[in-house]
Amino acid sequence: MKKEEALDLYRQMVLIRRVEEQAALLYQAGKVGGFLHLYIGQEAVSTGLVAARLPQDRFITAYRDHGLALNVGLTANQVLAELLGKATGTSKGKGGSMHMASVEHNFWGGHAIVGAHLPIAAGLALGDQYAGRDGVTVCMFGDGATNIGYFHEAVNLSKVWKLPVLWVCENNQYGMGTAVPRASAVSEIRQKAEGYLIPNSRVDGMDVMAVKEAAAEALEYVRKGNGPYFLEAITYRFQGHSMGDPERYRKPEEIKQWQENDPIGIYRKFLTGGKKATAKELDAIEAAVVEEVAAAVKFAEESPNPAPEALFTDIYVEAA
Amino acid sequence: MAAITVRQAISDALREEMERDENVFILGEEVGVWGGTYAVTRGFYDQFGEKRVRDTPIAEAAIIGAAIGAALTGLRPIAEMMTINFAFSAFDHIVNEAPKLHYMFGGQFRVPMVIRAVGGGGRQLGATHSQTPDAIFAHFPGLKVVAPATPADSKGLLKTAIRSDDPVLFIEHSTLYQWRGEVPDGEHLVEIGKSKIQRPGQHVTLVTYSKMLQLSMEAADALAKEGIEAEIVDLRSLRPLDMGPVIESFKKTNRCVIVEEGWRSYGVGAEIAARLYEEAFDYIDAPIKRVAQKEVPLPYNRELEQLALPQVKDIIAAVKEVL
Repeated sequence: MKKEEALDLYRQMVLIRRVEEQAALLYQAGKVGGFLHLYIGQEAVSTGLVAARLPQDRFITAYRDHGLALNVGLTANQVLAELLGKATGTSKGKGGSMHMASVEHNFWGGHAIVGAHLPIAAGLALGDQYAGRDGVTVCMFGDGATNIGYFHEAVNLSKVWKLPVLWVCENNQYGMGTAVPRASAVSEIRQKAEGYLIPNSRVDGMDVMAVKEAAAEALEYVRKGNGPYFLEAITYRFQGHSMGDPERYRKPEEIKQWQENDPIGIYRKFLTGGKKATAKELDAIEAAVVEEVAAAVKFAEESPNPAPEALFTDIYVEAA
Repeated sequence: MAAITVRQAISDALREEMERDENVFILGEEVGVWGGTYAVTRGFYDQFGEKRVRDTPIAEAAIIGAAIGAALTGLRPIAEMMTINFAFSAFDHIVNEAPKLHYMFGGQFRVPMVIRAVGGGGRQLGATHSQTPDAIFAHFPGLKVVAPATPADSKGLLKTAIRSDDPVLFIEHSTLYQWRGEVPDGEHLVEIGKSKIQRPGQHVTLVTYSKMLQLSMEAADALAKEGIEAEIVDLRSLRPLDMGPVIESFKKTNRCVIVEEGWRSYGVGAEIAARLYEEAFDYIDAPIKRVAQKEVPLPYNRELEQLALPQVKDIIAAVKEVL
């Protein structure tokens, strides 16, 4: 990996972290409506996956989508403006935190009904297979999504039709407040793929390099026409399920233990320890991100609300 | 003009559009090798191959979800629900995904897909297999809901639905497939969201759609023998709903009976009646009547089932009440 690329992964993870910290503050200030699910702690997963993609690879994920949005190339401006419901947001202020997308970046959302985007991901992959393109659809979802019927329908279909999908389960240990063993018959989620004879593996989701490497291998496998692959990334969210989570389901010590496993810290050590970058270089990146995010908050706050007429636009492509 | 059945009209529409556009394909349960459980796609598998006529697992959410995803990539899937009763298993994708994506992502996504679903009672299939839940689906903005009756409208509306850049739920009725009627030769397209006067009259307005058009026509024939001329407005599309011809007719007749196969409560008739009160109050000369299904889960026994479903005599009686 070139140095520039290595440093950019660091920048992306720091950008996610800083954007979300600001998002939390904006939420507490009453400027973000609805729900706000933070990705903090899981940054290495989406960053590693996106680092391994080719431009023709589609991404689709669940409602914890800010991280992926920034990885694929949406700006902090577009993400923060969407959180504030502004016309300049990536979904023009009509989607909000859970519904970000960018067709330009081959990013197909931000879907908020647990598991419902998995059949849609199968369809995206079908589209590429049908047209003879070599793109792979990367579908991310939480451990909780693997207990709903949509998961099983979609994963089964992907195998039956040999669809070019990379299923990525972000196992962050809890579906909302319910620990995996309390909700899933198998705690090693990748075993569910075994039931459909889909090759699978587990990866340390706190290590961006490990995720990138595993994703690259999996993408190559799928791209060759072998059908789907299932990757389980073991990770942890440092914040609550969403803002206002009382967190009665896990102990502070557990959270602290995982926080010592911070994906940004791990990667920083990797870069400096391996002499791939100096602490000074990384500090400079952090400083630049802080500045960028401060400017983005200002941009979002100063952006206009959607015009009232926007209420009735884009209901149908063809106006009635 | 050739007289063909509704089944043939739908089949012709599918075939013509698949021959016209490589991006159109069919997916659903038993649509391929079997030829469709209602024989609508018989011969398609041989003509178009398994890539474009795709048998699926019995997994409705996967069928509709995959159709949505494929539509997002620019294909034009036609997803078949073997019956509309099974569409409940894909309810989230039909009402909570397909109709939302264009709006929710600020116009970036397009979902050009058709969901074909067969509904209706009268075939002794019992409570879970006989429903007419059209109004439920018509409740959701972002979805277009079409429910034609005649062979010509079936063909023309289906072809338009396939070419539409929006998701369209195309509702067929299982006891209309053998209905025969004339369909214009050559390219025949019918605009979505246009009601149509299927029979002119001046004494009473019958507003109906789908299977109930057939019964309303029979009732109108019987009434004509008594000198009562009913004007029949066929809605054809439930969303967008075209009230124009309904109101125009009502301003002339000042009396209205709405005939629907679904349950009365919160139904299509309730919507039409409310719209008449809102938009044509000054023209009301009699209470607006609704003929609808009895509020019971449809029973299996033939006589009980027919008691629950609207009958021609119910329409005639309702008309006489408002005159």
